[in-house]
Amino acid sequence: MVLSFKLFACALALTLAGCAMQSKNYDKFIAANPRSILVLPPKNQSTDIHGTYSFLSTVTMPIAEKGFYIFPVTVVDQMMKENGLPSANEMHEVSLKKIKEIINPDAVLYITLHEYGTKFVVIQSQTTVVASGRLVSTASGEVIWEGQTHQVIASDSGGGGIAGLVVNAMVSQAVNSSVDYAHNVSSIASRDLFMTEGQGLLNGPYNPASTK
Amino acid sequence: MNIIILSLFLAILSSCVSPTKYYWGEYENILYTQSQEPGRATPEYQIEKLQSDIQIAASKGKPLPPGFYAHLGYQYLQIGKAGDARKYFTAEKMAFPESTVLMNRFIAKLK
Repeated sequence: MVLSFKLFACALALTLAGCAMQSKNYDKFIAANPRSILVLPPKNQSTDIHGTYSFLSTVTMPIAEKGFYIFPVTVVDQMMKENGLPSANEMHEVSLKKIKEIINPDAVLYITLHEYGTKFVVIQSQTTVVASGRLVSTASGEVIWEGQTHQVIASDSGGGGIAGLVVNAMVSQAVNSSVDYAHNVSSIASRDLFMTEGQGLLNGPYNPASTK
Repeated sequence: MNIIILSLFLAILSSCVSPTKYYWGEYENILYTQSQEPGRATPEYQIEKLQSDIQIAASKGKPLPPGFYAHLGYQYLQIGKAGDARKYFTAEKMAFPESTVLMNRFIAKLK
């Protein structure tokens, strides 16, 4: 009885989450059917230089748990730097043909970080992470998925809802600095961007729930 | 009353969160530390953490995530241990055949 109530509550929660936004059109994603994804370091439009690599270090878990092979993000970044591409902007300019030849991913994910950072306002701080992503098939050159996330989380306010509680708990374990606040919000943003039902990535081949 | 509803909601919510497929351990923390404090995240430091993750993952019977072995192999490459680098680049390829082209490229460059 308790179990069935739990199941019902879970189903209800999922349904509510699913109702929040209309699902994306996944026709191109399904047609391309990618197994492997290369994530390049995000272009950073924020004023905080830590943004690019803070966000990059949060993308592996959600994309892998969705069921894709994700190339080792730091190894690829270092390899590109050693080959004369010093920053994310240059890396985003490399042709798909070249990427396919050297690394051979089915799709490349281009992320842009629009906002990243913490503002301190009297007794509380407000951390904002805004990012968008574009997944491009290396076979066709077509965009097969696009998404965005907008996270604004207040801390030390006694409020902030469940997400605020989560962030406060995480931050209390880490060094209490603005850098870590923004990094923890990046983790939330990353999961939201890739894992939200009907908006994020579809399940990949390594996901047991995959219907393929 | 509100507290009871909130805690019930939290309990239900947390029971909905499915366990992860992979054992994550220190991998993503290392990626972050390496980018923000490169002086601390030396190859030796990373190898120690990642080797410990291999033990824990084995004891839990969970696989390690995509990129884990490749990242470990790359750390051995940084300190000139070609044999270990080859071992872990090969492990990445065996666990995830999608990495074959890139891993073969690294392996071909080893002395």
